[in-house]
Amino acid sequence: MSTGQLSTDRVSRFGTGRSRRAGDRVFAGATRAAALTILLAMAGVAIFLAVEGFPALGAGPAALAGASGFASYLWPLVYGTVLASVIALLIATPLSIGTALVISHYAPRRLARTLGYVVDLLAAIPSVVYGLWGIGFLGVHLAPAYVWLGEHASWIPFFAGPGSTTGRTILTAGIVLAIMVLPIITAIAREIFAQSPLLTQEAALALGATRWEMIRMAVLPSARSGLVSAVMLGLGRALGETMAVAMVLSASGVVTLDLIGNTNPSTIAANIALKFPEATGDEVSALIASGLALFVLTLAVNAAARAIVARSERKRT
Amino acid sequence: MSVDVLPRPAVGTPLRLTRPRLPRWAPLLVAVLAVCASGLVSLSLGWNLAGGACVAGVLYAVALPAWSALVESGRAARNRLMTTLVWVAFALAMVPLVSLVWKVVAEGAGVIDAEFLTYSMRNIVGPGGGIYHALAGTLLITLAATVISVPVGLLTALYLVEYGGRSRLSRTVTFMVDVMTGLPSIVAGLFAYALFVIFFGPGVRMGFGGAIALSLLMIPIVVRSAEEMLRLVPAELREASYALGVPKWCTVLRVVVPTALPGVITGVTLAVARVVGETAPLLIIAGSTDSVNTNLFGGRMMTLPVYIYYSFTQPGVPATYGQQRAWGAALVLIVIVMALNLLARLIGRLIARHR
Repeated sequence: MSTGQLSTDRVSRFGTGRSRRAGDRVFAGATRAAALTILLAMAGVAIFLAVEGFPALGAGPAALAGASGFASYLWPLVYGTVLASVIALLIATPLSIGTALVISHYAPRRLARTLGYVVDLLAAIPSVVYGLWGIGFLGVHLAPAYVWLGEHASWIPFFAGPGSTTGRTILTAGIVLAIMVLPIITAIAREIFAQSPLLTQEAALALGATRWEMIRMAVLPSARSGLVSAVMLGLGRALGETMAVAMVLSASGVVTLDLIGNTNPSTIAANIALKFPEATGDEVSALIASGLALFVLTLAVNAAARAIVARSERKRT
Repeated sequence: MSVDVLPRPAVGTPLRLTRPRLPRWAPLLVAVLAVCASGLVSLSLGWNLAGGACVAGVLYAVALPAWSALVESGRAARNRLMTTLVWVAFALAMVPLVSLVWKVVAEGAGVIDAEFLTYSMRNIVGPGGGIYHALAGTLLITLAATVISVPVGLLTALYLVEYGGRSRLSRTVTFMVDVMTGLPSIVAGLFAYALFVIFFGPGVRMGFGGAIALSLLMIPIVVRSAEEMLRLVPAELREASYALGVPKWCTVLRVVVPTALPGVITGVTLAVARVVGETAPLLIIAGSTDSVNTNLFGGRMMTLPVYIYYSFTQPGVPATYGQQRAWGAALVLIVIVMALNLLARLIGRLIARHR
């Protein structure tokens, strides 16, 4: 539509009167249908998982890996899922805040942009490659440390030991998860730090504050709620992460505080990935039902994160 | 700080308004000393590189603030300590990336040759074989997922920006897209399975199911990026088009969408890069096989991530060959993902320069 003169026959190509309104109606209908498809898909996820998973509630111990009921089947998995995610967040949160501060405030401008790309690339690496690295490199190198901890620090319940000689423990899984959620938290934290008001920062520096005092007084307070939601989004990702855990963890489905032993709790997602290919009948139902539980868990965490963001945005405006 | 607290300067010496500061090369000096000291300790005790680096970091983080506290002030010392900690956090975050890329390249580079890329695993025991069947499967399933999710995602974004306004449906869809963004990938796989079981009976494995699961993960990314790009289209363009008597649907299709297209293409490419490495849903619904299968509706279909998983966890006997193939396939997958990411950035930058 670059021509200045729009001849009448060109206008008539769009149609007039009824046909023109019909074109509008069809197109508007198409976009609405696409939007409804998304609603339908999400409703479908909940409904189909519920329908296919329902038989698990009445299933016997044979289909539930020896557990007497579905609740006692699910509980160790939920425990493992939450434990691995909490380990991941404890490691990833300080590291990603530090990384985000380097990119937003410490590194020279040009270097900072490159570092931003590098962190984005870290986020793009597929989870199965992280799993491969976790089992083939990280676990092998952490095993001596686990053995040492099991011998010398076994009075701490987390290191009760005996330490795993393969390194395939829940702590290794947590570390791999931490590396995977780190770029997600960093990316959001970086945006938040960059948005904190510049005038306050300059005022702090002008009054003689050191750089750290400036960050503590002018950057972190305005970023707090954003950071909380960033960590929650990272938690949502860690809860649902499958392959890295499935590959790294040597799981036996126990509930234990020991982080470095040979018997580890499994996670919901990893349990599904490991068992599903060979599962039949009610076993499939049990796995699907546990998937529904995972869906609800991540939904709750994500909704909480969004609510925090929405509240802080309301406060700001 | 009032003046009379300060000690009165002796007659003849000028009043000093500045405090002593460490020279600019102080951090460098401390770093060199810390590395030397930790090098000596680790050499004499026989520690490896990681142990030595830890000791050097701790020495630096203690020595520099201590020196600063002696010469400068407590506040300056705290500042130096926090600067050190922030950079250490950054370095710790970068170590895994470097280690991962180095390990994958070191293990995988030797595996990749013409045979590796053009042979499947049919009737292969021990050495030889390749990833051709997995490449074909990944290509087909990702393509099908893109074909499904781009129209749905783009039209939904158009609805949100052009038609929905602040209606209830619009707000619900925005919320649902948020929910979809956080959907665990394995749940998407279970959904595809639960859906296909109804039509094809228990134990169904099908490439198209994988495409459905992947599109569930792709759609929210496409909607988000397209929505953002469509909102950037200036309202003046739309108004100019309306003023010429062009109906709304035609304005959207021929003015709004072409303007936003480069950004949308970038977003779609990033979305493809994100799902091409997805493993869990394909493990569930597409299954695994050793032969080439190019029929999306005809049974099990191998994909690259699933290939990596099975080659490493069930490598056969002897284990070396299977595990080598897993590293080679991982290198190929990383190269594909990085290429897609770079392509997306390149498109974005080219278009930005073009404007």
